[in-house]
Amino acid sequence: MSQILLYFQKFQTNIQKGIWPYVATLAHILLGTLLVYFSPRSTIAFLILVTSFFSLYYLKADNRFKLIAGITLALIIVPILGVRNIFYLEIIFQISVFAALALGLNIIVGFAGLLVLGYVAFYAVGAYLWGFFGSQQYYVMPFAPGTQPADLPFLLPGDAFYLFLMLAIIAAALTGILIGLPVMRLRGDYLAIVTLGFGEVIRVLANNLDKPLNLTNGPQGITPIQRPSLPESVVNGFNSIFSGIVGHPVDQASLYNVMFYILALVIIIIIVFVTKNLEDAKIGRAWAAIREDETAAVAMGIPIVKMKLLAFAIGASFAGAMGALVAASRTFVSPESFSFMQSIGVLSMVILGGQGSIPGVILGAATVTILNLQILQGFSLYLSQLRQSDAVIPIINFAWRNLSSQLDPAKYQRLLFGLILILMMIFRPAGLIPAERRKRKMASDTVEAKE
Amino acid sequence: MNKRLFVLLSVLIIASMVLTACGGGSAASTAKTIKIATQSPLSGDMSAVGVDIKRGAEMGIEQMSAALTEMGFKVELAPFDDQGNPDTGVANAKQIVSDPAILCVVGHYNSGVQIPSSEEYHNAGLANVSPANTNPKVTTRGYLEVNRIVGRDDVQGVVGADFALEQGMTSAFVVHDKTAYGQGIAEFFRQEADAKGLKVLGFEGTEEKANFDALLSPILAANPDVVYFGGMYGQAAILFKQAREKGYMGMFMSDDGFDSSDAAKIGGQALLDGKGTYYSTVSGPASVYAGTAKFITDFKAKYSSDPQPFAAQGYDSAGICLKAIEAAAKAKNGETPTRAEVANAIRALKDYPGITGTITFNSIGDPVVAKYFVIKVGDADPAKWSTNPVDQILDIAPPAP
Amino acid sequence: MKRFSKLINVRELLLPLGQLIMFSLGSAIVLSTIVLVLALLLDKTAIGMAVTERFNASLFTYTLINLPQVLIDGLTIGFVYAAVALGYTMVYGVLEFINFAHSEIFAVGAFVGVEILIALDTAGVLSKVSLGMAFVILILAILAGMFAAGALAVTVERVAYRPLRGAPRLVPLISAIGVSFLLQDVIRLVEGLTTGQFNRIFPTFGNFDERLIFGEVGLGATTITMGISIKSIIVIVGAVLMLVGLNYLVNATKIGKAIRAVAQDRTTASLMGIDVNHIISLTFLVGGLLGGAAGVLYALKFTRIDPFVGFFPGLKAFTAAVMGGIGNLTGALLGGIVLGMLETFAGSYMGIFTMGAAGTEYKDIFAFSILILVLIFRPQGLMGENVTQKA
Repeated sequence: MSQILLYFQKFQTNIQKGIWPYVATLAHILLGTLLVYFSPRSTIAFLILVTSFFSLYYLKADNRFKLIAGITLALIIVPILGVRNIFYLEIIFQISVFAALALGLNIIVGFAGLLVLGYVAFYAVGAYLWGFFGSQQYYVMPFAPGTQPADLPFLLPGDAFYLFLMLAIIAAALTGILIGLPVMRLRGDYLAIVTLGFGEVIRVLANNLDKPLNLTNGPQGITPIQRPSLPESVVNGFNSIFSGIVGHPVDQASLYNVMFYILALVIIIIIVFVTKNLEDAKIGRAWAAIREDETAAVAMGIPIVKMKLLAFAIGASFAGAMGALVAASRTFVSPESFSFMQSIGVLSMVILGGQGSIPGVILGAATVTILNLQILQGFSLYLSQLRQSDAVIPIINFAWRNLSSQLDPAKYQRLLFGLILILMMIFRPAGLIPAERRKRKMASDTVEAKE
Repeated sequence: MNKRLFVLLSVLIIASMVLTACGGGSAASTAKTIKIATQSPLSGDMSAVGVDIKRGAEMGIEQMSAALTEMGFKVELAPFDDQGNPDTGVANAKQIVSDPAILCVVGHYNSGVQIPSSEEYHNAGLANVSPANTNPKVTTRGYLEVNRIVGRDDVQGVVGADFALEQGMTSAFVVHDKTAYGQGIAEFFRQEADAKGLKVLGFEGTEEKANFDALLSPILAANPDVVYFGGMYGQAAILFKQAREKGYMGMFMSDDGFDSSDAAKIGGQALLDGKGTYYSTVSGPASVYAGTAKFITDFKAKYSSDPQPFAAQGYDSAGICLKAIEAAAKAKNGETPTRAEVANAIRALKDYPGITGTITFNSIGDPVVAKYFVIKVGDADPAKWSTNPVDQILDIAPPAP
Repeated sequence: MKRFSKLINVRELLLPLGQLIMFSLGSAIVLSTIVLVLALLLDKTAIGMAVTERFNASLFTYTLINLPQVLIDGLTIGFVYAAVALGYTMVYGVLEFINFAHSEIFAVGAFVGVEILIALDTAGVLSKVSLGMAFVILILAILAGMFAAGALAVTVERVAYRPLRGAPRLVPLISAIGVSFLLQDVIRLVEGLTTGQFNRIFPTFGNFDERLIFGEVGLGATTITMGISIKSIIVIVGAVLMLVGLNYLVNATKIGKAIRAVAQDRTTASLMGIDVNHIISLTFLVGGLLGGAAGVLYALKFTRIDPFVGFFPGLKAFTAAVMGGIGNLTGALLGGIVLGMLETFAGSYMGIFTMGAAGTEYKDIFAFSILILVLIFRPQGLMGENVTQKA
């Protein structure tokens, strides 16, 4: 065992030297691409492709090389492979959505140290904003849910989406401030519960504001919601270039998936850029000070209320943008998407990846999403297949057929989230990829402890 | 970088790969495997019903795939968990459409999940038979692929109101569970009641699952002839029980979500007192359909629990899928049919003899004539639920497409 | 007699009873006055007209006639909240930590109690027991639920919280949220494997469903009966016993002294020879016992339970604890009663006062709004002392 570790260490140091990082990264990307191309339904192939983003991030290489390789991977390889198997594109899209949510929550929880349990409320604000204005809902207002006539006009054209993406950011930020204001004076644990309450309030409002005026269409949800236009010429253009590699002509519906994936990617890049700049700017340092010791922060003259509100506003705005995007992508919003479970899911991403750590949080979002959508489901499907076969577990001579379907792993999503939260807190509270600042702090803490 | 982290990450990645290797690897089975997927909430607080939709379909495939097996096909079930969440539902839908062996989808439970997910089925031309979605929008989009075997909200609510009027009721209090399903039915009950002169004394929604005291004060004060509940038995039976405990003696009425022997277990004698309890359902009661009695016995034998509402619909949906695949395969001389052929074959089915009724689809995928049974709760003993007497049988066509 | 009073601290037994009666009466009077004044004000408006048309009585009469029943209902649910809130407040008082998993400990208590009763029912025992025996069986089921929940609470503390003692305060909280979610699915897994059922139903036995009628009042064309069911009385009596017992334990026994010492200053307490870990385990045990009993009482009152049954009562009880001033036993009591009353008042009257625009569906967020208001204007809660945050 120790020999393997030793080998591992050697491998690790060697791979960071000279041209090896370049070779390794390219090999990883190429391997992933080829595997997914030739066996488009294999999960392993997909995981290899997805992990190539991480080897791109970790291995020491020239930034220009990283940029070019990253763009090729994200903008050419993934879309092409994605239209061959829409499911993967969807997973990557959802990873982006949840990564954006997790990055937003990370600002509030990771940077400013305010535990918010109702984060999904801000997501709902963005989704319902475009849901209302991008659909026929304006004309549905006088009708009870479900009883409206079928042929109502749309209020706005689909391309107004881009405007509302901006408005969703503003609306969510305002909601953040509105929710933040009254709870500013609260201690950390009270804040958690009160924001949990606020999250529920927003969901209950979405569920109930179908009377006296039908604003949200209640539990039925708003549909159809318009998407921004995707001209025929773009579809034709894509087909004329790529249909050979894809293997079949791509229709508009599939290309919409690519479009939303790219939009999500753009938002993520902006978010990462903003977050990175904030982290090391004055604001970021103020947040760290508040997180570590509020009393000392006050003494240093940091405007606590302003800084906390800023964290709420910025964190919320990311969720607002993603809310509007998801509403357009799904063409549907309903209160079911904004449950407390979702908030906990996003929180577990932040905790798993590492509070305050940008790559960590993205890794957390990717891991939880893939676990939830692909691995647990895949494993359950496999069990169900075994159950329908005549296979027998060899040694104990137990027929798979008799295995209770109660044991399907896909059914225990809550258990998974719960385990992540507990185990991470006990064994690795700083997350898989700890934030730089925290690493430094932990180091100094251990020194203190020794003294 | 940190060594332990690297090891940890590697272990994580390798472990997940090994796990999914099993999952992915088995996809490469024989060429003539046909899969039928189910999507329903298998986890979370809606799993009670969702799991039984899956079980119904599972039993349907076990019992009814003989014809296809004889033709040399192997029929498998691929159960997916949509978690009652549109995001998961859509992701699963995309995974489903990317598996060419899947020719038909039985699902969902929540209309909020079915509507966005079926967009994917529609894009891929994959047939979807819904066992539980009563929202009109499910079919009014006019997709060839999307069908449902349950009645629409705008029909069942009307059945309830008409029945109440026929019983000589003059006033009603309408309660619903704030789900798309329950509220949908309740809204149409109210609309029909208003139109036909049944006075609606109150219209309330509640997500409460246990303590209905606060809701009962206005009900008792209004003292309506009938209390109508749009939603599932879990809430309805408790509301009815608590209402009786507080001395309400009028009639109770609910929808097909009430059709579970657990309702008698919760409500007990309270359901029989006063003017009794009625529910409308599309699921044929055992006294009318022999198939239903057999279904309940088989289900109990296999899963050692009573079928929840919509389990029978899951069974029938799977049956329709199988029948259509069989028809399409026969038309092709035993070749595996395409998805489009299956979707067309479903619409072409005439008078499919299901345990929830005889089913033919109209041009948008609603059953042409849905049979509605109004059933009276006849015994406080849950074991005798299937002997509940049928009070009325109505044949009602859905609104014109 | 004198020796007896030396053995038992009568004051600590009577004081909480007095407080209970005071709180119940106080909140009843305040809330009743508010709705009656509202009703008078609105009587002549369109809202009053609508009520007169529907019920053939003025809004004021309607409100007044419904009032006694609303008060009884509010008090019953209030006592349930108070009993659960005690568990939160005990743990918070000692550790300054929100035991988020308390709601699942409550659920486990409910499940154990109900499973035992179901087993007895299937064995045919319950259907032929005498009335006295029915009460004995119920008490045994409550005790079983208590012990299961108590044991679970201690285990959870040992496994998921103790390793985190001394960490920043959000760390154990996140772990507790994790435990809460984990336990929900564990209950479901166990129930799924053993019974295959999701819903479990409290069997009908004894005379718990019967209702004692106080009187009838005419309202327009209908008559409203006022009464209280036997199970509500059991719930109230059970909760009162728990409150009094806990108050006695904390304020009049040696163990209670140790608990209070640990709550005040853990280091000093350990220097005084108190085994801090032992006391903390004990605190969780007591909290768990109370939660388990409350769980079985809840199942008795509301008949149906499922693996997620703890979430909302837990949240409400926590709200009650914070409202009363978390860490303060009397405060939890007050918070529970006030919250139960408020909620029932809101649910019962909101629909009428707003002409149906907002009805009982807002009952749950009403509780949260109250919580937020209390925390804004009185962050230490109604009865809490002003504590500054520990660094």
